Amino acid sequence: MADLSIDMCGIKSPNPFWLASAPPTNSGEQVMRAFDAGWGGAVWKTLGNPIVNVSSRFGAVDYNGQKMMGFNNIELITDRPLEVNLREIAEVKKRYPKHAVIVSLMVESKQEWKDIIRRSEDTGADGLELNFGCPHGMCERGMGSAVGQEPAVLKEITSWAKEFARTPVLVKLTPNVGDILEPGYAAVDGGADGLSLINTIKSIVGVDLERMVPLPRVGQFSTNGGYCGPAVKPIALHMLAVLARDRHTNRLPISGIGGISTWRDAAEFIALGATTVQVCTAVMHYGYRIVEDMIEGLSGYLDRHGMKSVKELRGRAVGNYREWGELDLNYNVVAKINGDRCIGCQLCYIACLDGAHQCIHLPEGPCRGWHGEPDHGKHPRLEPSPVLFHRHPDPSNRQVRVPVVDERECIGCNLCALVCPVEGCIEMVEVPNNQGFESWQDRVAKGTDKVPGGLYD
Amino acid sequence: MFDSALSGVRLEDQLPDAKPLYTPGQARAEAERCLYCSDAPCVRACPTEIDIPTFIKKIATDNVLGAARTILKQNILGYSCARVCPVEVLCVGSCVYNDWHREPIPIGKLQRFATETALEEEARGGPRIFTPKPAGPGARRVALVGAGPASLACAAYLALEGHRPVIFEKRALPGGLNSTGVAPYKLHLADALAEVSYVLSLGVELRQGAVGEGVSPEELLQEYDAIFLGLGLGEDNRLGIPGEDGPGVYGATAFIERLKTDQSLTLNGLRRALVVGGGNTAIDVARELAQLGVPDVAMVYRRERASMSGYAHEMAQARMEGVRLVERATPLAVLRDGERVRGLRVAISGPEAGEQDLLAEGIFLAIGQSKLRAVASLFPGVTLDSRGCVVVDPISRRTGNPKVYAGGDCINGGKEVVNAVADGREAARHMIQDWPTAEAA
Repeated sequence: MADLSIDMCGIKSPNPFWLASAPPTNSGEQVMRAFDAGWGGAVWKTLGNPIVNVSSRFGAVDYNGQKMMGFNNIELITDRPLEVNLREIAEVKKRYPKHAVIVSLMVESKQEWKDIIRRSEDTGADGLELNFGCPHGMCERGMGSAVGQEPAVLKEITSWAKEFARTPVLVKLTPNVGDILEPGYAAVDGGADGLSLINTIKSIVGVDLERMVPLPRVGQFSTNGGYCGPAVKPIALHMLAVLARDRHTNRLPISGIGGISTWRDAAEFIALGATTVQVCTAVMHYGYRIVEDMIEGLSGYLDRHGMKSVKELRGRAVGNYREWGELDLNYNVVAKINGDRCIGCQLCYIACLDGAHQCIHLPEGPCRGWHGEPDHGKHPRLEPSPVLFHRHPDPSNRQVRVPVVDERECIGCNLCALVCPVEGCIEMVEVPNNQGFESWQDRVAKGTDKVPGGLYD
Repeated sequence: MFDSALSGVRLEDQLPDAKPLYTPGQARAEAERCLYCSDAPCVRACPTEIDIPTFIKKIATDNVLGAARTILKQNILGYSCARVCPVEVLCVGSCVYNDWHREPIPIGKLQRFATETALEEEARGGPRIFTPKPAGPGARRVALVGAGPASLACAAYLALEGHRPVIFEKRALPGGLNSTGVAPYKLHLADALAEVSYVLSLGVELRQGAVGEGVSPEELLQEYDAIFLGLGLGEDNRLGIPGEDGPGVYGATAFIERLKTDQSLTLNGLRRALVVGGGNTAIDVARELAQLGVPDVAMVYRRERASMSGYAHEMAQARMEGVRLVERATPLAVLRDGERVRGLRVAISGPEAGEQDLLAEGIFLAIGQSKLRAVASLFPGVTLDSRGCVVVDPISRRTGNPKVYAGGDCINGGKEVVNAVADGREAARHMIQDWPTAEAA
């Protein structure tokens, strides 16, 4: 079994799965149960001067029966007395010395930073995470994302923290910026030992159409919250990859956060450069127990791919994240529909007809393309296809209408394969050619980049 | 409306709904499973071509009124069809999930949820599903003979377009087989009559009267712009064997009608029942008797099970309810002790050939219904085929008389409610198409 243990800028944990600073890490009792379930580390719910919270606090986006595809909250940092939290952190650390306990912090003045860092480290915690990301409530008071969006302020407070801290300092970044490299550079320049991202995205999760109040509703009003959950994963992966391939920021280890629900999500974050991953929404949805599958799944994946340690996976996909202008313009795929698997839903047909390039036809004949013409584009005639109907081999002997791809027209966009509900039914297959690799940048360099049909032709 | 028919206790009250109404949450959960196929096989399988994926998506978004509109636009009796259609061999049977070896979408139950919810809301004074066009000076008058599904559908679509349909029904209760013939565990009389009330609320007039007796065909032809024959079928067929006449031998459809409408009917003393026939009416009667507590119910069919015209899924249900099947048995004589039925003598064919006496106190004949040849023949130009069915153009449902259209069981010899609705709708469409547009409403 592959070695999952982690050393992130000196913070050691038995596996890369940490709980993010959030309700699941609100108390010692919870964190101990999480460690018992298998979590490798926990970033404690942010400490600071206690606040008051509102009711209600959470909202969610459901999609087609899937609950909580996206999640939104307007909860602030911990509302428990500092002393209670610190006592519980010390207790957890004493009982679970091999697990990582990181204390998330958010205060205002330099003196406050000094005092809270000292008291946090006195608990025996393994490290600190500076919360420069919270995009609701706290930012109105000059903290959270108000810091994360001002690189100069971020750098200065990071340097204060580094001045006072004996343990490693992680800076948690907000995604609510134009370019994630700006706060990333500021954190590096401030001396941070590591980065974590993303915090939540500023959001309004919905509107109560009967009361005309945004959600979640607090009496007759609402406010913007922070958005997270599976829906934000692509945004987080992009920001992670940008930091991971930049020479200035990729010197720091990164804790990846944003919509991670499964081992596969975690592996993707690690492949794009994360050293650890932090999880919140999936635990708020299903509980600490999900970590069992995350650990098994990740180590199984590493075993299957001959990797002895999770460290071997880290950053493997970073080098293949390129600029658009570096992509091969001569690479070509087309859709192939596997008649044995097709169930005849015609979703690929309608998606291609209305949403893409009109290259898939009903088995009865060509689709009607532009302006009611029988076909369209470069190849006016669609040759009759040999595969019109497919009879299922099982005893039902049902006949399925299998759509037909006009491969000469197919531009290889993937849409049909994406809408197809049946696994392995539509494959995108490479069409080999002998043209060799040529990117847009290559054409610019050779002066062959002009595409006719423009404004001045 | 029809309160007197529904007062009092009838045997059908003892038979509960086999597929109860979904709650909104259940309906949404099932609706969200629908793949929203394009050019969907379920639509192709529906004789009325309801846009099933569209109405299901509307349920998923909580647009139940819109879902009902999508259904009823194509099938104005979408409520009863949701409950009586053999969906296993139509829409649900063709759902692509079957080809994926996964549970298909329960289209019938979703259709019932949408239509029942919207119709009940409209009945309570809520939003109207459809607003009929006002009958202007160009409104046409159409007489419809028989108040079964075919006529109701035809009349409803005419009324929605601003015409003036009048239905003539010889029975006390309208609705045809939906009221008197559908198995109660699928649809109760009260539900069928509520649907009739909805159709009448669109501007359809209902008159009691039998064409050829009180109502003269010549006058109808003279006074109306078109006639629609929704005659249905006639009396239950008889076996023509000794001992058949007398108490204890019942016609199947006549018996089901009493079950649903006759407060005086009881099954006291009936311990063993024989149902002769292999079609869906035979299975219905057998299941009803078994569900009403008759201890021993057997179907008697002259060939083997695989040849039965009744649906396999219905027969499977019947077997689970304890109904036995006697195959390859041809009835020879009803056996009686004096007046009382003692049983049925049958000739068994095949490997165990020979005569056998099956003991029973009641015998139910479900071997088809006669054709109502006489009424159709009253209209000049209307012809019948060799089976006794009214001959129509398959597209327009027009008979040999250009003013007379027909649909439902009287043209197909006995099919589903949904086929009758398709006939009625298409006849209405073609009547309107064929009337000179300048004079139309």
